[in-house]
Amino acid sequence: MSLAAETAPVAPIVEIAGLRKSYGTNEVLKGIDLKVAPGEVVAIIGKSGSGKSTLLRCINGLEEFQDGSLTVDGKPLLTDSPGAMRELRQRVGMIFQSFNLFPHLTVGRNVMLAPTLVKKRGKAEAEAQAKALLERVGLADKFDAMPDQLSGGQQQRVAIARALAMEPAVLLCDEITSALDPELVGEVLRVVERLATEGMTLLMVTHEMAFARKVSSRVVFMHLGRVHEIGPPSEIFGNPQTPELKQFLSSIHE
Amino acid sequence: MVQFSNWDILRNLIFAAEWTIVLSLIAFVGGGLVGGCLLVARLWRGGWVNHVFNGYVQLFQGTPLLMQLFLSYFGLRLLGVEVSVWVSASLALTLYTSAFLAEIWRGCVAAIPKGQWEASTSLALSFGEQLRHVILPQALRIAIPPTVGFLVQVIKGTALASVIGFVELTRAGNMIANVTYKPFTVFAFVGLMYFVICYPISLYARYLERKTHVARR
Repeated sequence: MSLAAETAPVAPIVEIAGLRKSYGTNEVLKGIDLKVAPGEVVAIIGKSGSGKSTLLRCINGLEEFQDGSLTVDGKPLLTDSPGAMRELRQRVGMIFQSFNLFPHLTVGRNVMLAPTLVKKRGKAEAEAQAKALLERVGLADKFDAMPDQLSGGQQQRVAIARALAMEPAVLLCDEITSALDPELVGEVLRVVERLATEGMTLLMVTHEMAFARKVSSRVVFMHLGRVHEIGPPSEIFGNPQTPELKQFLSSIHE
Repeated sequence: MVQFSNWDILRNLIFAAEWTIVLSLIAFVGGGLVGGCLLVARLWRGGWVNHVFNGYVQLFQGTPLLMQLFLSYFGLRLLGVEVSVWVSASLALTLYTSAFLAEIWRGCVAAIPKGQWEASTSLALSFGEQLRHVILPQALRIAIPPTVGFLVQVIKGTALASVIGFVELTRAGNMIANVTYKPFTVFAFVGLMYFVICYPISLYARYLERKTHVARR
């Protein structure tokens, strides 16, 4: 899959060029170039503070950047146009470390909220879609539950269903298993893995190296706000080129 | 000399208490609307609106309500606007209430985790949809106890409207004390009536607080 994505002349779904972002005088992204083809699964790894989450958050406009360009599906990201941003965000779903389910709504209504408001779906249609999506993440029986009645792993799977309800072309996963108890990580990763095999374009910041190695078509190693090394997982994990990546990988295996 | 029974005193005070309640309601509804608009403007735009919001809140929180009443009564007259005590008292109390409610509610919205804004943003909800469906329903739950608690402050605050000649409970008490020569009895009744109005509201606030705590676990 990765080879096809890289060799075929397919227009990239996410195209980032010369992206720079600073908080005050502290530059956290120092010129990022990255193209992601449709169906690609890109894992972003690196030390904390390397800018990987910030990069992800730039892609759906949660963070503004100062310089460079970012297009999704050929459309440039315009942070000063709320209408254009809403268009874009319908194409880009995001899942967070802390789940961020809406605690005052049932699981079903969490999933239905955005489609009914943004896509103007009828209630019956949205409900059928929500039920199908919850079934897909293995939570068909939780439609009427409140989020705080669920385990962390279940909440994160609801969050995935909620993001999928908008039928995004790209899904951003920001350390989605980092807040989970170890025994709950597997159930979430299995859902993500299935999405990957079904052809969803995924960009994920992750600390689960075994998972990144298994599922991703390309791995991006970020260091000090730059893409330090990039390549297929076999290369990145099996044959790291730079001392920084070697050190990072060995620090994880300890 | 005319003799006044306790019932005469009480009956007149009850009549005046209605105006205390009406003025409180005006202050609360008006203040709620103005305060709500201020808060939404601040959440929507930020930037310079933040400064205006903070300045407004500080101005009304940092000056005595008594001065605000004086200024709204005499100040408007100085500007050549002839207003009744009704308008003056309503205006001053509305502005005063709006500043406090806006600040109370701002705190409640700020208590909602940032992730709720981010999740709803990434789901392509507009600002209005975020407020209506995600943020306000959660903020409302924590806002009810302090809001109801502040209502009690407003009710007692209406007593100050008596200084510009607005006849409510306190002013009526003053007038009755002057004709009956029984200030102790009269003001004891006045105090009792404030208590009768405010105590159930305080109880209700406490009940709501318990209830929302249980709901939030």
